[in-house]
Amino acid sequence: MTIESQIEKTFREEHGRVLATLISQLGDFVLAEDALQDALVNALERWKVDGVPRNPGAWLTTVAKRRAIDRLRRSRFEEYSEPIPTSLAQEEPEMDDSLPDDRLKLMFTCCHPALGLEAQVALTLHTLGGLSTQEVARAFLVAEPTMAQRLARARKKIREAGIPYRVPPADLLPERLDALLAVIYLIFNEGYVATSGDSLTRQELCGEAIRLCRILVDFLPQEAEARGLLALLLLHDSRREARLSPTGELVLLEEQDRTLWDFSKIQEGTSILDEAIALHNPGPYQVQAAISALHAEAPTAAATDWNQIDMLYDSLAQMTPSMVVDVNRAVAIGMARGPQEGLKMLLQLEDHADNFYPYHAARADLLRRTNQHEAASDAYERALALCNNRAERAYLQRRLDEILRHKL
Amino acid sequence: MKYMLLMYANESAVPNTPEEQEAVAPPVWFALMKEMKDAGALISNNGLAPTATATTVRVRESKTLITDGPFAETHEQLGGFFLLECKDLDEALRWAEKIPHAKYGSVEVRPLWSEI
Repeated sequence: MTIESQIEKTFREEHGRVLATLISQLGDFVLAEDALQDALVNALERWKVDGVPRNPGAWLTTVAKRRAIDRLRRSRFEEYSEPIPTSLAQEEPEMDDSLPDDRLKLMFTCCHPALGLEAQVALTLHTLGGLSTQEVARAFLVAEPTMAQRLARARKKIREAGIPYRVPPADLLPERLDALLAVIYLIFNEGYVATSGDSLTRQELCGEAIRLCRILVDFLPQEAEARGLLALLLLHDSRREARLSPTGELVLLEEQDRTLWDFSKIQEGTSILDEAIALHNPGPYQVQAAISALHAEAPTAAATDWNQIDMLYDSLAQMTPSMVVDVNRAVAIGMARGPQEGLKMLLQLEDHADNFYPYHAARADLLRRTNQHEAASDAYERALALCNNRAERAYLQRRLDEILRHKL
Repeated sequence: MKYMLLMYANESAVPNTPEEQEAVAPPVWFALMKEMKDAGALISNNGLAPTATATTVRVRESKTLITDGPFAETHEQLGGFFLLECKDLDEALRWAEKIPHAKYGSVEVRPLWSEI
C-alpha cells in the first residue's frame, strides 16, 4: 500500500470518531469540522514524510484542537462568538491514547428528524464516513456545489435550531433508532440497487453502510433490529458479485452462479442474525434477514425452503404492509405452491399495483412459467414501460425477446 | 434557548370529532400552560383574533399600502404562539406535540434570532 492510500484509509477510519470527540469537547459542530479539515491538511503533509503515527486518531484530535483554538483566537469577532472552552484552554500534555468515543451521538445528530432525509444521508456519509463533499455528490449524482450547499445548510440548522448532540433518552430512542437504521439501509440500497453512476463509489456506499451499522451494534448491543439490519446488509452484500452479469444485466436469485457468493459474509450474517433473534424482540429487519439467510443457505433455487419464506413474508406484511412485500410474497408462493397460486395472489393486488413495475415483472415471470406467452409478453412490456433501472431493464428485455422469438 | 412555537390551523374548520373537540377544550389549554409554567419553560403565550380582523401594511417607494386581510391566503392560519425556554430542539418539539393545534393543524418551532 502506498503512503497516500494508507493515509486516505486512515482518514476514512478515523474521521467519524475524531469529529465526534471534537464536537463533544468544542460544543460546536461547525468549528469541529473546520478544525478537523485543518488537521487533515496538516496530517497529509506530515505523514507523507514521517509515516502514519501509531495512534492517528489521537494525533488528529490533538492537532485539530490546537487549530480550533487558533480559529477561535483569530476570529473572535467574526464567526465564532463563544469564549474558548476551558477544556481547551490548557495545552495538551501528551497524545491521548484513550479517546472517548462519541460516534453514536454524532449519528443521532446527523439523523435527527428535524433534518431532511437527503441531508441526513449526506451528513452521515460526510461526517461519519469521512467521504468528501465531492464523493458524496458523485454517489448521489448531484453537482458538487449543490451537495456542498446541502451539507452547509444542514450544519447550520444543527447549530442554530439547537439540535442536541446526544444519544436520545429512553422514551425517544426507539423512534430515533428506527430513523437511524432507515438512513443506513438507504445508504446501502443506494449503493446496491442503483446502477447508474460511478460503480466504485457505489460499492463504497455499501461498505460504509455496513461499517456504520457495525458501530451501531457495538454501541447498542441490546437492540435486536440493529443486529437484524447488519445481518441483512451482510447477506445482501454476499451476493454482490453474482447479481450483475458481465454485460450489466440484473441476474435474479434463481439464475445466479452461487459459487460467486461470498460465504464468509453469509456466515457472519447468519450468526449475527442468530444473535439478534436471541434477543427476543422481532422486527422487520430481522425478518428480511431471515428470508435472505434462507436463500443464502439453499444449494439451488429449487432447493430453497420456499414455504418458510412464504411464512416470513406473511409476518413481514403484518409488521410493515407494503406493495413490495405483497409482490415478493406472491413470488414465494409461486415457487412454493406453483405459479398458478402465485398468479392468484397477484390478482388480489391488481387494483392498486398497475403503476408498480415489480408487480408486472413478477406477473410476467409467473405467466411465462405457465406458458401463457401472449399475456407474459404484455406484462414484460408493461414492466419495461415503468422501470428506469438499467440492469433490471436489461433482464426484462431479454425475457421479452425470448418469448417473441419463441412465438415466431 | 428560546423557541417560538407558532400554532397554525384552518380557522374556518370547526372541530368535528369528539377527539378534536376535547383537544381544544379550555381545560386542556390550562393544564398545558400549568405544565409549562411548572417546568420553568413558559415565557409568554397568547392567541390571535381570527384573520377576519387582520390588516396588512406594506410600504413601497415611501407609499403606505394598507389592505384588508392576512399577509397570505393559506390553507392554515397563524392562530397564536408560545414563547418557551428549552434546553434544546428536542425539548421544544416535545412541547409542540402537546399543543392542541398539533392534532388538527400544525405547530412550527423556531429559535429566536437572538439565540443563534
